[in-house]
Amino acid sequence: MSENGEVLSIKGISKHFGPVHALDGVDLDVRPGEVLALVGDNGAGKSTLVKSISGIHTVDSGEFIFEGQEVSIGSPAAATELGIATVYQDLALCDNLDVVANLFLGQEELVGGAGTAIRALDEIAMEQRSHELLEQLSVTIPSVRSEVGTLSGGQRQQVAVARSLLGEPKVVMLDEPTAALGVVQTKQVLDLIRRLRERNLGVIVISHNLADVFAVADRIFVLRLGRRAGIFDTSNTSEEQVVGAITGASTDTAERERQP
Amino acid sequence: MKVGDPDVAAPEAAEAEPTSPRDLLRRFLQGDLASLRVILAIAVIWIIFDLQNERFLSAANLTNLFLQITAVGLIAVGVVMVLLIGEIDLSVGATSGLAAAVMAVLNVKNGWDPALAIVAGVATGAAIGLLQGMLFTRFRIPSFVVTLAGLLTWQGALLLVLGKTGTVNLSNSGITDLANTFYGPAVGWIFAAVTIAAFALVTLGGHRRRVAAGVTAEPTPLLLIRIAMIAVVVIVAVAILNSDRGLPLALLILLAFVIGFQALTTRTVFGRHLFAVGGSAEAARRAGIGVDKIRVIAFVLCSSMAAVGGILAASRLLAVNQSSGGSNLLLEAIAAPVIAGTSLFGGRGSVWSALLGATVIGSISNGMNLLALESSVKFMITGGVLLAAVIIDAVARSRRQAEGRV
Repeated sequence: MSENGEVLSIKGISKHFGPVHALDGVDLDVRPGEVLALVGDNGAGKSTLVKSISGIHTVDSGEFIFEGQEVSIGSPAAATELGIATVYQDLALCDNLDVVANLFLGQEELVGGAGTAIRALDEIAMEQRSHELLEQLSVTIPSVRSEVGTLSGGQRQQVAVARSLLGEPKVVMLDEPTAALGVVQTKQVLDLIRRLRERNLGVIVISHNLADVFAVADRIFVLRLGRRAGIFDTSNTSEEQVVGAITGASTDTAERERQP
Repeated sequence: MKVGDPDVAAPEAAEAEPTSPRDLLRRFLQGDLASLRVILAIAVIWIIFDLQNERFLSAANLTNLFLQITAVGLIAVGVVMVLLIGEIDLSVGATSGLAAAVMAVLNVKNGWDPALAIVAGVATGAAIGLLQGMLFTRFRIPSFVVTLAGLLTWQGALLLVLGKTGTVNLSNSGITDLANTFYGPAVGWIFAAVTIAAFALVTLGGHRRRVAAGVTAEPTPLLLIRIAMIAVVVIVAVAILNSDRGLPLALLILLAFVIGFQALTTRTVFGRHLFAVGGSAEAARRAGIGVDKIRVIAFVLCSSMAAVGGILAASRLLAVNQSSGGSNLLLEAIAAPVIAGTSLFGGRGSVWSALLGATVIGSISNGMNLLALESSVKFMITGGVLLAAVIIDAVARSRRQAEGRV
């Protein structure tokens, strides 16, 4: 751990796409057991920041400090290796496979020792671990053998989050986890995010929905035009202040309209 | 129960074993419906043809039917591999002809040992699959275009390999025995006993391990019904075959490949990844699966099985000629799995569907031949059956999509 207990510290990262400064010297810290919301208008650089942390983009300058060690995140595999898991908005699940198969896709457990050319899937072990994991997270699905295509949006989101936890990450990033979800499903996903916090993970949630952000986040990080426009403790901040930071207007003249 | 209430619906509650017979019937229909539908279709087709001509259900004709479907069935097993990843291989007919020609020429003209010639034939198929798979993945050309070009190319290669005579007659028993060996009643009954016992052991053993481990398991009565059904089918089939020439080696070869590929697709990592690529290539890629590698292997397996089918067809015909692998073989091999529930859109299906579908198509074509129908009628009926199968697939898909997201 670094001096202040952050699991991940980002210092002064910049990313240019040609003449466009998508990120311009951004600092960001995530502590274990905290939910950090990342908000900002369209084009503020949220996606670029997430993709930089998850290794899809390589940054032009700046440093990443993970558990007190300076690291470089050159590829998605490197980020996963470090313990940074990302759940993208489109979830990347196979609708034709059941929950167990999706949870373990690409990291299936096998019976028997190494050496045999064609090894059989250990369905029992995978199903047991799936049960264990989903139970810990209080994820509610009809059955771990349900096809993912038959699940609701909220259930699919929960499966995708559970899947990201199989690699025992330290930091989990969720991209718009409640977009397009109904009220009940949104509540389920927000509850799940709280349980990630209880597991002492550092959670970064990207969201447009300030109601959800205020419901679940400990701190709110506002990105505007590729720079940090403010960082707020949720407990002593009003929505108007956050909206003001997002739009760049000062608090007293902030438009009252909320982000969609 | 689609939108689970966090307070009410614990996962365990939803997985409670169904107790009422009605619940059991529902699960049976859902789980085995696709296969059951096809088996019913086969029964209806058989009854209709038998009413028209009582020789249809004679032991001799049914034995012929089994022999007729081996080539299509073997090729269809390979086609399932590419259908599962959502692609298609239009070259399987031509590939089967070319592979058989390579085997025949090496054996007859060059005096190769039959086993070596067969291996060379299958290797030809594998090489074709590798080439087509690489072209498809490297240049991102749609698979139907790559394999359509392949169809023409391999047809040309077939003519080239056969040379001026255009026909190579097979006489070496190492090759002709494949389709012309029949085993006596004792072997048939031993086969039946071993098959039923093995199926029961695997099914019940797996079930016991699942119950012991406390994970989801199908209700025991369901398994017993399934074992009983398999037992009836096997016993009836062996009884019919025994009352004619006996158990054909060709049928055993077909069953061995079906069982082997069924295990490969349902019990191994490769099989899981095959379904994943067919379901969502993007999700598979993000999960770290070598999507292109899986695709190339699927094409190699498909063309290799086409070669195996072509070799069996040549063995039965006792010759390879310019029309080997031609006519309806391609369409029947693709239609067979689709008729029996393997989706053209990828990610859904099974190797069993190749066997069941080949039986449907083989029964229709055998029956129409027995009734001495005009070619015009036969073509149109076969076309209608194919269309019906694809429509059923498309309807099932749109229904799934309608139900999918709640």
